[in-house]
Amino acid sequence: MHAIFEPGFFGNGTVQTAAIAGSVVAVVAAWIGVFAVVRREAFAGEALGDLGATGGSGAFLVGVNPLWGFVAVALAGAGGIELLGSRHRPARDLATGIVLGAGLGLAALFLYLDTSSGTSGVSVTVLFGSLFAVDRSLTTTIAALAVVPLVAVIVCHRMLLLTSLSPELAAARGVPVRVVGAVYLGALALAVALAALTIGAVLATALLIGPPATALRITKRPGATIAAAAGLGVFATLLGILLSYDSYDWPPLHNGWPVSFLIVAVVFALYLLTHLPVPRRSRSCSPS
Amino acid sequence: MIDTWVAATMVAVVAGVVGFFAVLRGSAFAAHAIPSGAFAGAAGAALIGASAILGLAVFAVGGAVGIGALGRRGRHDAVTALTLVLMLGLGALFLSWTVEYAPEIYSLLFGEVLGVSRADLLPIAGLGAACLVAVAILYRPLLFSSTLPEVSESRGLPPFALELCFLVVVGLATSMTIPVVGAFLMFSLMIAPAGAARSLVSNPLRALALSVAVALAVVWTAIVASYETNWPIGFFVGVLGLAAFVTAQALRRILLWR
Repeated sequence: MHAIFEPGFFGNGTVQTAAIAGSVVAVVAAWIGVFAVVRREAFAGEALGDLGATGGSGAFLVGVNPLWGFVAVALAGAGGIELLGSRHRPARDLATGIVLGAGLGLAALFLYLDTSSGTSGVSVTVLFGSLFAVDRSLTTTIAALAVVPLVAVIVCHRMLLLTSLSPELAAARGVPVRVVGAVYLGALALAVALAALTIGAVLATALLIGPPATALRITKRPGATIAAAAGLGVFATLLGILLSYDSYDWPPLHNGWPVSFLIVAVVFALYLLTHLPVPRRSRSCSPS
Repeated sequence: MIDTWVAATMVAVVAGVVGFFAVLRGSAFAAHAIPSGAFAGAAGAALIGASAILGLAVFAVGGAVGIGALGRRGRHDAVTALTLVLMLGLGALFLSWTVEYAPEIYSLLFGEVLGVSRADLLPIAGLGAACLVAVAILYRPLLFSSTLPEVSESRGLPPFALELCFLVVVGLATSMTIPVVGAFLMFSLMIAPAGAARSLVSNPLRALALSVAVALAVVWTAIVASYETNWPIGFFVGVLGLAAFVTAQALRRILLWR
């Protein structure tokens, strides 16, 4: 037993905070992420996450909590993408990329200014994050912020599903496609900002896209997909935390592997598992 | 300074050419994912004491093949995102193992205007030439399959092989450019000039030339500005790219409206 759960794992305050905050974020990211994968907005999610680096480094510069930087810049980035891009796929991807480029340029500047004002090591913290660095007092704020995007997608659930699967049909049925899209992008921005806070700006996409993409390969029913994605996300987060806690005596340095990497590795492994050749899979999946 | 100038010019030419196809094919995400993920290669190379460009090339091409192979049977953008985060995660792992100083990681990610030495020029030139030759050979099939995917497939062009070849070219272009512009801003140099050119000109060869011209203008201005202010070159590349794209879009509106 002790080989898996190192002594002191459950009693450790940092681990408890990480587990609670990480699970909340994993559920929200997975829920929102299902729609991101169906709507093929993985790039927008990735871009908003990376823009979190801009917010995080800017927040360090002015001395507020990075959380607010993540949230503010992700929302601004969502506005920028919505403003520059049309609804058509290649043009929208291009606009996303260009907004992202400008944002990362700003991040470069902020990190440079952070470093020259004496807070070194900021780049690695902001970009790659660590669940173990989440402050206990922040868990309430994280939970409160997590409610907002969840409420948005629950209220819009049916409209969102319809616009995601068939925008033309939705428009014909009188659904305000553009408004729903904008609301969704806002919810995505918030979810990604929370993920960026916990596993780092550039790795936020892992929790957003990984579990939903995996779930969508197992089931096609919307409710089941969301539940499976949330379950997989929480599983990956908790397993990542556990492995990271255990890794303190792993080679080569014996001072622990980064928890963000371990979560990403579990997420990717879960996705790869669904690619294993299962002979009967194709028949059972096709609608008969 | 001269070395940086020469290297940046080569980088801009290759980025303009490869970026044109990235925009045409709608692979902006892959153009972002491959360079960003490839930074892990440089971190890994530092760990085992190998050359940074070699590490970048291995990870960039590996990422390109991963995106291509997994994307064949899954959702392309989700697969791109997953490959990217896996590589970035590996980068975080390698960084946690090294005793590398923060400024060096930073310049890897965001570029370093004086980071190019004379010894780097030869590999950069070699990789750049390889990219340009590959694009020249693939020019017609790539153009065909990018604009009319169904027709080109029915004429016997294998879409998967072409996509894979193209992604590998992006990977090669990536590994030559990262030492100059940085992993995170490389894609900005690829897609912003090409996006600007595409919104003004529709003839492919002219758009290609305009894309290269805009990329050169962006890089040269960025180098001068970065040298003068000592601010990171990536900042200027990203912001100037946005400015070029917005200007081109505005010009297009005016031209259409008249």
